[in-house]
Amino acid sequence: MNGNSSPHEWHGRYYHVDQILDRPGPRTDPSFSAGDVVKDFLRNQCKILVIGAGGLGCEILANLALSGFKDIHVIDMDTIDISNLNRQFLFRPKDVGKPKATCAAEFVMDRVPGVKVTPYYGKIQDKDDDYYMQFNLVICGLDSVEARRWINATLVNLVDPDIPESLKPLIDGGTEGFKGQARVILPTVSSCYECSLDMLNKQTAFPICTIANTPRLPEHCIEWASVLEWPRVMKDKKLDTDDPEHISWLYNTASKRAREFNIEGVTWSLTQGVVKNIIPAIASTNAIIAASCCNEAFKIATSSAAYLNNYFMLIGTEGVYSYTFEHEKRDDCPVCGGQTMDISISRDWTVDRLIEMLVERQDIQIKKPSLSTPTKSIYFQAPPQLEEATRPNLEKKVSELVEDGGEMTVTASSLPFNLSLRVTYT
Amino acid sequence: MIKIWSMKKNEDAASKRKPKTSAAQIRVQKDLTELEMPATMKTHFPDPADLLNFTLTITPDEGMYKGGAFKFSFAINTNYPHEPPKIKCTQTIYHPNIDLEGNVCLNILREDWKPVLNLNSVMVGLQYLFLEPNADDPLNKEAAEELRKNREQFLVNVRNSMRGAYIKGVQYDNVQAE
Ligand SMILES: [Zn+2]
Repeated sequence: MNGNSSPHEWHGRYYHVDQILDRPGPRTDPSFSAGDVVKDFLRNQCKILVIGAGGLGCEILANLALSGFKDIHVIDMDTIDISNLNRQFLFRPKDVGKPKATCAAEFVMDRVPGVKVTPYYGKIQDKDDDYYMQFNLVICGLDSVEARRWINATLVNLVDPDIPESLKPLIDGGTEGFKGQARVILPTVSSCYECSLDMLNKQTAFPICTIANTPRLPEHCIEWASVLEWPRVMKDKKLDTDDPEHISWLYNTASKRAREFNIEGVTWSLTQGVVKNIIPAIASTNAIIAASCCNEAFKIATSSAAYLNNYFMLIGTEGVYSYTFEHEKRDDCPVCGGQTMDISISRDWTVDRLIEMLVERQDIQIKKPSLSTPTKSIYFQAPPQLEEATRPNLEKKVSELVEDGGEMTVTASSLPFNLSLRVTYT
Repeated sequence: MIKIWSMKKNEDAASKRKPKTSAAQIRVQKDLTELEMPATMKTHFPDPADLLNFTLTITPDEGMYKGGAFKFSFAINTNYPHEPPKIKCTQTIYHPNIDLEGNVCLNILREDWKPVLNLNSVMVGLQYLFLEPNADDPLNKEAAEELRKNREQFLVNVRNSMRGAYIKGVQYDNVQAE
């Protein structure tokens, strides 16, 4: 069963890839089982999810399909814009306005026989844990920090100590002009996306007084229009950067200001770029990063070679510089750090009693803990108004506020990380 | 597929499932419950269940703004601390670094924001603006101009503005502390 049975297969189709899969190499993982077993896993069993079908996503989908992954799912919430066509090579002018996920899936299936690409046109947040549980691997080619934080936290939360398959390696690629990074995240085992949040490049923000008084760049005029003029003129109306009418208003307002200060270069597309924080995408940077993500996916899926540990950085802005290092997991990471404690208490225990117990415990050394559940505050030590608002809870029974097996987040200044409590009742 | 699970054997501490509280929510809880609030600062939560929207009142006990009570709205979004909290002064006040719409010129709120900063750093920064208004980063140009050229007159304008007076055709809010 090495795939030759299917009508889509022909002799020598995987000749080159099989050079790697047919025999172990000096650095292959001890668990590597060369030959049919690994080929069967890659080609008939492995299910991989690609998040994003844009610049990186198109490259990733093509690479995966050509390296032998056959059950690929793709999620993207966007539709194709004419400006995507220069680098998002799975799309054609006739596709403008259609969902990226669907078009990308159709293109890859037409081009690479035997590959099944299942698209979902929508948000990653629409899907639940059961959906993510079905995959062996997840690759992200996203341009949004928020979406990455979400999928990272979701995959970390998915890890269940009783189910080994619940641990889904996450390969995250990102590019910004000539810069990019690829990383392998093993949720709860290695450093996660949230652990490295402070390493991110900041969005360019200009001092507000420069925007207000001494604009010199077209970007200053656009920020003036969006940050200062929009709220002043439109009051509580929220700026929707996807609404062309809103962008037009900003463009006109910014143009007027630019004329006043003799600044050139305010255009409709620059306006959209600045307010949506679009960084110019370079097709070849996307290609490098996508290729490196897919190599890692291949190595992880087949254990045919050592995989990236765990952060690869490419800096092409001043010459070419690349650096690979192990980013360390942070104890105080709100997603993967901290500790989880199981506690079993009587149904009659009050919140006050629970806090007293936490403070007395030698193993956690906690002073002044504040407690919450994912949906409500239970007791906050500060600021005074919240302390007062949550104080009545001290007298209430924990069992009235938290269900059996429910979880609480504990923070305290004496605690460098956050603590999760899972409460069961006796 | 690589056997990651074996790497977890001696890793019991972090191996349990975490509650579904968002990272932003945990950070805000940590920031808020560890605030070191001096007597000159007070928070108000219109809805105590909503930690992401609240106001801060600063009542400076020294400097030229002593005697005033200055209110700021804080709006924190789910991308905190990647993005800074959005802060506005909700009153019309006479200050070189705050415009009549309530926009505040404070570097850590925009160009110098970093995820390692927290709500406490922001509050300390705001309080500092009342101790050391700065004519170099003007948002209210008239006020900055006055501070630079005629400090005495600026002081008089600050006192009058805090009582709700008109200065150069602008009526300021009465912000005197009770
Ligand atoms: Zn982490």
